[in-house]
Amino acid sequence: MKKFMTAAVAMAMAMSLVACGGSDKETASASTSNTDSKEGATFVIGNSGPLTGGAAVYGNAVKNGIQLAVDEINAAGGINGYPVKFVCEDDEADAEKAVNAYNTLKDQGMQVMVGTTTSGACLAVCAETANDNMFQITPSGTAVKITEPENVFRMCFSDPEQGTKAAQYISENKIAQKVGVIYDSSDPYSAGVYENFAATCKEYSLEIVAAEAFTSENKTDFKTQLQKMKDSGAELVLLPFYYTEASLVLKQAKEMNFAPIFFGCDGMDGILDLPDFDKSVAEGLYLLTPFSAESTEEPTASFVKNYQEKYNDIPIQFAAGAYDSVYVVKAAMEKAGVKPDMSVSEICDAMKAVMTEIQVDGVTGKGVTFTKEGEPNKQPMAVVVENGAYKLK
Amino acid sequence: MASFFSYLINGISLGSIYAIIALGYTMVYGIAKMLNFAHGDIIMVGGFTVFIACSQMGLPPMVGVLLSVVVCTLLGVTIERIAYKPLRGASPLSVLITAIGVSYFLQNAALIIFGADTKSFRSVINIPPVSFMNGQVNISGETMVTIAACIVIMITLTLFINKTKAGQAMLAVSEDKGAATLMGINVNKTIAVTFAIGSALAAIAGVLLCSAYPVLSSTTGAMPGIKAFVAAVFGGIGSIPGAMIGGILLGVIENFAKAYISSQLSDAIVFGVLILVLLIKPTGIMGKVIQEKV
Repeated sequence: MKKFMTAAVAMAMAMSLVACGGSDKETASASTSNTDSKEGATFVIGNSGPLTGGAAVYGNAVKNGIQLAVDEINAAGGINGYPVKFVCEDDEADAEKAVNAYNTLKDQGMQVMVGTTTSGACLAVCAETANDNMFQITPSGTAVKITEPENVFRMCFSDPEQGTKAAQYISENKIAQKVGVIYDSSDPYSAGVYENFAATCKEYSLEIVAAEAFTSENKTDFKTQLQKMKDSGAELVLLPFYYTEASLVLKQAKEMNFAPIFFGCDGMDGILDLPDFDKSVAEGLYLLTPFSAESTEEPTASFVKNYQEKYNDIPIQFAAGAYDSVYVVKAAMEKAGVKPDMSVSEICDAMKAVMTEIQVDGVTGKGVTFTKEGEPNKQPMAVVVENGAYKLK
Repeated sequence: MASFFSYLINGISLGSIYAIIALGYTMVYGIAKMLNFAHGDIIMVGGFTVFIACSQMGLPPMVGVLLSVVVCTLLGVTIERIAYKPLRGASPLSVLITAIGVSYFLQNAALIIFGADTKSFRSVINIPPVSFMNGQVNISGETMVTIAACIVIMITLTLFINKTKAGQAMLAVSEDKGAATLMGINVNKTIAVTFAIGSALAAIAGVLLCSAYPVLSSTTGAMPGIKAFVAAVFGGIGSIPGAMIGGILLGVIENFAKAYISSQLSDAIVFGVLILVLLIKPTGIMGKVIQEKV
């Protein structure tokens, strides 16, 4: 075990060197332009997320989504007349590295945090932002406890919300009656979704016929768990974990000739972006999402178009949530009338006070409002993989 | 009943991979009396070689596998020459720590070269799955090839050790280095050959591992490496049939524990069984007690 820890630390060091190299350059150029401008005052929005590692698809999507929104806002005259600067650090979805990244971001003048991307890292960072009383909104951190501090809000559904919404969706659309669940018991996100799914199943008259776990130490062989699903007669198997493991589950199920309906949550998003992934095994996979790039409605259609032009990639829900988060920050800042020369804590207090009053038409939902607890109010959707692409159901 | 067979076959398949890795551990331990902790990382290098050859350069799978065997063999011999040979007379602890250092070096080198993103590995095995019992039991091509490879390797190795001069030299070195030198056996060369064979096996294990579980990252070899080390100790470290039996038993126990006891506790159960075996038979299942003659 120690060996892995040390390896992880060594890896972290190597990666943070790389990350520092990149961001130093950005900050250097940004700060010169800052001092040059007459007004000098800018809002600084910061984010940390896994730009490398197993969850890099999420981290980069969030980074791109924020950058796109910030660029649009700057082009349209900024927030309250002040331009916005965006700073970003790599945290590899690791709690310790995320706290280091947070400190680096503060050194770069961050006033509001749109992050972090992943739950585990966010739990560590939200304790820090609560200490500093810095306004924080996570575009994709789903763990329940993230929004416990008063200064932290969330753009996506929380874990229990996802479990509940998945049960609701499966039942209302009559997808299946008998469901099985495979989950990662060593991951709070995965276990959280499972527990709430199980708790709400009865309410929606779904029957859980099998529930099997795995741990992060043993996450390559799922044939035994799948065999149990097969034996239990599950029509649908919920896979509330990340796409790397899910890709193995799907492949092994195909080898076993086991073809139930697979149903994933937000962690599954990005599976089609995995390089060299055999997309045929994901055919028919459902995935609960608040966002679909297929939508022709505004503002989603133009968001997708702009994102594709800028990054040559179709945005996933992480990018969409990040994009919306920035607009939520903008709405709250405008409502509260904050200025960049106010202290971090003053900005936070002013924004907190107006969060329940704002309403944002975003790409992840129309008329999104926030509760005092920091949770968003919006409807779930699901997409299904057809011919190697997400189709809105 | 069908599920039982599925669990058993999956266990044997997983165990066969452990067994092939464990062979490398056990041979090196038997002959050089050192634990080569970098062995698991050579598996990872083998996986990446095939990944680059087949997925990136589009070479046919067989060429990729051969290339990976060549790369790993050269790597194994080079590591032995640079890192372990100068320490031949040093205390076992120094060699052990050097091996851990080599392991980190390989993992981090892979991290720098290939990045931290998990790669999706395309299986090199193109054999359709076979169904039994009205399609209730399915055996994938990877499983069949893995089990077959394991048996072939086992037979070849046994023949090699018992029937060839180099094999006999290995046996001699493993029993008594000093006496072997007096008999005119080149101990350094024999150890180098052992590393070459061990690393070639690691390459094959890497290809099979990545084909069965098609993800690849710089730490891919770490956990299977540890499990295979356990398998080698389980079967009796230094013993070739022991490594095979230990590996396959470990795979089967792991899968049965997952299936019939708890999918979360499977690792704990595997290691619990190991402790039990070692309490009853400290040298492992097939381990020999060699009496020290004074």
